[in-house]
Amino acid sequence: MIEIVSLERCVACDLCVQVCPTNVFDAVPDAAPKIARQADCQTCFMCELYCPVDALYVAPDVQQTLSVSEEVVAEQGLLGSYRASIGWSRGKRNRRGSDQTFKLIASPH
Amino acid sequence: MTQRQSDRTNVAPGSVDLTADVLVIGGGPAGTWAACSAAWRGATVVLVDKGYCGTSGATAPSGTGVWYVPPDPAKRVAAMASREKMGGYLQDRRWMQRVLDRTYESVNLLAEWGYPFPTDDNGQSRRTSLQGPEYMRLMRRRVGRAGVTILDHCPALELLIDESGAVVGATGVRRQQNDTWVVRAKAVVLASGGCAFQSKALGCDVLTGDGYLMAAEAGADLSGMEFSNAYAIAPAFASVTKTLFYNWATFTYPDGTEVPGARSQGGRSAIARALLTQQVYAQIDKADPEQQAVMRLAQPNFFVPFDRRGIDPFKQRFPVTLRLEGTVRGTGGLRLVDDTCATGVAGLYAAGDAASRELVCGGFTGGGSHNAAWAMSSGFWAGAGAADYAGQAKVGARARPAGGIAFNSEGHGEFDPASLVRHVQAEVFPFERNYFRTGAVLSDAVGRLDALWESARQKRASSREHIVKAREAAAMLATARWMYRSALARTESRGMHKRYDHLQQDPAQRAYLTVAGLDDIHVEARPAPALPPEALAA
Ligand SMILES: Cc1cc2nc3c(=O)[nH]c(=O)nc-3n(C[C@H](O)[C@H](O)[C@H](O)COP(=O)(O)OP(=O)(O)OC[C@H]3O[C@@H](n4cnc5c(N)ncnc54)[C@H](O)[C@@H]3O)c2cc1C
Ligand code: SF4
Ligand code: SF4
Repeated sequence: MIEIVSLERCVACDLCVQVCPTNVFDAVPDAAPKIARQADCQTCFMCELYCPVDALYVAPDVQQTLSVSEEVVAEQGLLGSYRASIGWSRGKRNRRGSDQTFKLIASPH
Repeated sequence: MTQRQSDRTNVAPGSVDLTADVLVIGGGPAGTWAACSAAWRGATVVLVDKGYCGTSGATAPSGTGVWYVPPDPAKRVAAMASREKMGGYLQDRRWMQRVLDRTYESVNLLAEWGYPFPTDDNGQSRRTSLQGPEYMRLMRRRVGRAGVTILDHCPALELLIDESGAVVGATGVRRQQNDTWVVRAKAVVLASGGCAFQSKALGCDVLTGDGYLMAAEAGADLSGMEFSNAYAIAPAFASVTKTLFYNWATFTYPDGTEVPGARSQGGRSAIARALLTQQVYAQIDKADPEQQAVMRLAQPNFFVPFDRRGIDPFKQRFPVTLRLEGTVRGTGGLRLVDDTCATGVAGLYAAGDAASRELVCGGFTGGGSHNAAWAMSSGFWAGAGAADYAGQAKVGARARPAGGIAFNSEGHGEFDPASLVRHVQAEVFPFERNYFRTGAVLSDAVGRLDALWESARQKRASSREHIVKAREAAAMLATARWMYRSALARTESRGMHKRYDHLQQDPAQRAYLTVAGLDDIHVEARPAPALPPEALAA
């Protein structure tokens, strides 16, 4: 579930409010959005992909809310790690065309 | 129709009140292709999504393989034949051929639009896999460029029908504004996806069968709802129901011994059987280092849960579970009546997981690229069909909302969506009910689900915030009832539907099952198309 909106990094663009399919966030004027309905989070990681400054962290766990600290996940390089891996962050764009699925499945079946 | 009809004779004006030729409900692959295709035919189009068109639905966070086969007759026949047995020979070769043709065209269009398909060592572009975020971001752009008006965070709650019973739009709420929308249209395409009962399968919580309920309230029927018990493997703690890499996995009991017969393909029931009594673990231990590297590049989303939990899935075992994906990776849905993806109701079209995919998948998919091909093809046809119909449709003077359950203005007591969802899940999640199906267990479940329906239809949802969840819960309940009624009627095993009291496939039951009705549900058999030549030979 969504766990962190980094107040330090967030530029209050409200993109996450727009793109979250289950409407988990509430916009706050001139400030970082609030995680208003955490229980509705479907752990799809889409908000992370759209955040331009890697301010969001979605923990992989679907059921329980864990207390995760921003410092720890930042240190582990997890803020923005998924966005980088699909080639959506600066300096990583070459990864966009690197889908290697065809090497694992001989032909569509 | 037998359900309590809505007592409202006219739809109230919405805070946003739009008129269009075509309204598309749902902005996944099926809806975005439908919207583009309708707009390319000259129609004015509005697309509404419960979430956000581009991130919402099953494809956006998951990604899909695609049934992209070059137009080489031998390859095409092989592609069609390869899955017919698994699907229980319910496919229709003519539709499979159409889908192969259409998918080939559409995927090539994606390449033209700049989708970053990879190239292999021979410099050839490889187009059999789509990364979800990339694909759906591109589709949103193309929908915008086609001149379509997009309304995000605007769940549709009910269809509008005119005096003749034709569908003439829909209405719902703008959940970020807490007000309402109405779109008056000459034709509607339902592309609202399937129903996964909020099992936390990847991207599926928004897929609650809303389209099935709305269409049934307008008089449409469904087909293949017994093929609705797809369960996908996921780490026990996580949502990522990506199953391909489990083909390289070993499944073990807590003590480390192997679960006999457990495999991702063709051995998933052994995993379910073991999970009934204990935790099952998996380790992707059969992939060599080169394959491991390829896997990371092929499906970055597969690794997110592991990297965040500090698990190396190649070297360490981790607990797994099976999440119900219902009709998302099942094949049942609204019954289509012709090549334009029309339903039996005037003005109403369906595409993608909202429609039955038996025509191309028969009774089994479990992924395997047909669904993605079906979504883009049926979306394309439904959009064009709706646009053409809109060009000549005469719309009546009145637009009446067709919704029944949860809108009951004489309702006693408040609708309790959370409790209803839990009750429905308790009937559809357990393997001993839905995976290992038997007549006795299904009958009991049907009795309890019918009682839930009877009680829910007496209730009303009073607030706007409440009504979205109430209608979702009602749609899941209706879906569960159609699913188990159809499963009871098919007294044989075929496709993904396995009856443990009727283990054999019965040649006399090679037929489609239509299911219809809300208060009273009835199931009827329709003849399946002629068997393909190879099957006859065998
Ligand atoms: C993990 C996973 C992996 C998969 N892998 C494959 C694969 O490899 N190959 C393959 O072929 N298929 C695969 N599938 C299946 C495939 O994703 C679906 O068949 C496909 O997404 C269907 O497209 P769709 O447009 O019909 O529905 P979706 O993509 O689910 O989109 C439905 C849209 O409708 C919206 N909606 C729902 N209700 C309403 C409402 N009331 N009002 C307005 N909007 C609404 C939702 O928000 C959503 O945007 C996979 C599915 C999953 C879950
Ligand atoms: S993970 Fe998905 S559902 Fe959860 S907050 Fe992010 S976008 Fe929303
Ligand atoms: S997308 Fe990122 S930067 Fe923008 S509001 Fe959300 S958290 Fe802040």
